Amino acid sequence: MYRYDEFDQRLVDQRVAQFRDQVARRLSGELTEDEFKPLRLMNGLYLQLHAYMLRVAIPYGTLSSRQLHQLAHIARRYDRGFAHFTTRQNIQYNWPRLEDTPDILAELASVEMHAIQTSGNCIRNTTADQYAGVAADEVEDPRIHAEVIRQWSTLHPEFSFLPRKFKIAVTGAQHDRAAIRVHDIGLVIRRDANANVGFEVVVGGGLGRTPMVGKTIREFLPKQYLLSYLEAILRVYNQLGRRDNKYKARVKILVHETGVEEFTEMVETEWRHIRDGAIDLPAEEVARIRAYFAAPDYQTLSAAPPEYTAKLAADPTFADWVRTNIAAHKVPGYAIVNISLKPIGGIPGDATADQMDAIADLAALYSDREIRVTHEQNLVLPYVRQTDLYLLWQELRRQGLATANLNLISDIIACPGLDYCALANARSIPVAQQISERFADLKRQHDIGELRLKISGCINACGHHHVGNIGILGVDRRGEEYYQITLGGTPDEQAAIGTIVGPAFASDQVVDAVETIVDTYVGQRQDGELFIDTYRRIGNAPFKESLYGNH
Amino acid sequence: MAIIKHSQVVEDPWTTVTAVDDPLPSNDQPVIVSLARWQADRAALIARRSPLGLRLSSAESPAVVADDLAYFELFALEFPAFTDGRAYSHARLLRERYGYSGEIRAVGHVLRDQLIFMRRCGFDAFEVPRSGDAAAALAQFQAALSEIDVWYQTAPDAQTPVFARRQHMSEAFLNGTAG
Repeated sequence: MYRYDEFDQRLVDQRVAQFRDQVARRLSGELTEDEFKPLRLMNGLYLQLHAYMLRVAIPYGTLSSRQLHQLAHIARRYDRGFAHFTTRQNIQYNWPRLEDTPDILAELASVEMHAIQTSGNCIRNTTADQYAGVAADEVEDPRIHAEVIRQWSTLHPEFSFLPRKFKIAVTGAQHDRAAIRVHDIGLVIRRDANANVGFEVVVGGGLGRTPMVGKTIREFLPKQYLLSYLEAILRVYNQLGRRDNKYKARVKILVHETGVEEFTEMVETEWRHIRDGAIDLPAEEVARIRAYFAAPDYQTLSAAPPEYTAKLAADPTFADWVRTNIAAHKVPGYAIVNISLKPIGGIPGDATADQMDAIADLAALYSDREIRVTHEQNLVLPYVRQTDLYLLWQELRRQGLATANLNLISDIIACPGLDYCALANARSIPVAQQISERFADLKRQHDIGELRLKISGCINACGHHHVGNIGILGVDRRGEEYYQITLGGTPDEQAAIGTIVGPAFASDQVVDAVETIVDTYVGQRQDGELFIDTYRRIGNAPFKESLYGNH
Repeated sequence: MAIIKHSQVVEDPWTTVTAVDDPLPSNDQPVIVSLARWQADRAALIARRSPLGLRLSSAESPAVVADDLAYFELFALEFPAFTDGRAYSHARLLRERYGYSGEIRAVGHVLRDQLIFMRRCGFDAFEVPRSGDAAAALAQFQAALSEIDVWYQTAPDAQTPVFARRQHMSEAFLNGTAG
């Protein structure tokens, strides 16, 4: 993985010193809270319902064991012994003290991490496919380009005060695991007819109160032009994006109101001015970054060795976990291991300091000291030998980390909601916990099959409910928490926004409603169809009928 | 307000006239006018022999006066609020696209913690609140600009971006001239 050189390190160190001075000025009263707010937001420090919250970037979701140990240490020393992995490959601490935050940033800098641009109207943490480098269907490792973007976007002098926040995601695979079509810019690494590598550029996706699937504005951008093309998009957006209404300020609204053809023409015109200037990196620099992402020293192994298949046959609980939580690796004899952070009845995405330490140790033993964070709030060990899976699984079980529910109904994305968040209208976590408990029976979950359930506690949609097969949105109705349900959303290469199924449910009805939807699907499915396929075949009406028919 | 230019607190010789019908100062006085005034009064303003400056709101792109740049010795680009970042793009366009080399002054909500971005984008003069004496204002200004000296991007200022510094270092290393 990428390692800081003296320049990268100097920048984060200077940033810590700068923030330390800003916090000192705030604590001495030289800065008011209003004056301090934009400064703390540039460093990921929010003021939530009960306390400050610090959001730390995990660029493109890649962590080393050393870094994860440090995140555990910070949780223990400065917080309450746990932290929360978010839908944008970040990690959040919910209870830091303001006066400690410069020290936390210094602890992060000591392991080549930071909280720069994890909030504010700037270019946020660049996210990527969590299977980068190990997926069989990959054209090229997206982390190389995500790191190029991380550097270019860090303290960008022109784009630090955009109309609104700006999120970029990159995938190099056919199957989109990074939800790139619901980002401000989504990049798909592709080959053209001559086998040259470049990017499909998708702009204007997003969730929030106006969910939209992004539009392709360029089918193929030769990869050496990545930064000049991004700069052209951002320059058009910075000048023309709406600033009169924060709910209409995202680039999706500009693309929608301008029209995709005209928007594309503006970007292409701007790009023609700058494309052969000094913005794009020299090939040597890209090669330098690429070298950090070289594959580990894989051994020559046979696929599905007998000691592994014997364990699968002998231990059905292990086999269940393998069936859901292991993904195919591009190298024979290796596996991609998904660690579910969604234990039955747990808080989605939370991990204790002890669990983080345990995972960091297991990654050191079994996965070349590397961990990935997914936008679905789970963790991944990308380089595990199949022969090690049984031992690893037993260790994970001891830590409560072997729930065999990846992509099943209890693998819920949920935002922090009204338990923490100052913007929320309703709680998300208790709803997630109740649904998880209702479907606690893993056999039943396996029978239901792949089903993406996502919960947001307000219209800002941090829980991605618009792209849930079942989406749940918390709303406030005269002081009561109600939950509106959407069906048919999906975040992948066939990205679609869900459709509202009918009137919202009270908090004591929502779990029953979810169960009714699931039962309706099970009754209607044909030939092992997934939920989403059944939904696409039969539409909203049968679900509506079973939910509201008797009323 | 105080003007900091080229890292010095300077007297401001300019008068700003924004309304279309306000009187202009005498012909020998430098004047900054709004875009509306410039468009309404172009010939008369050119006929004055004193320096002319143009003040643009954050919604006004310098592209509209791209053919008239030779008339202006100064651009005053407005930050109506520090969160309105359009003028960063406008300053870069002036410097990089149109090759403008006169003064570009940041006016409006110009705060210490944004100065470093402004300078990178081509601003070389800053209208800042006059708090305390000039020496104190200048000290604050210098401190703000020295907090970060590592930059990844190319921009119209004199900073060398990190990728070029890396290349330079590796060339120096290969040539045995490192250190």
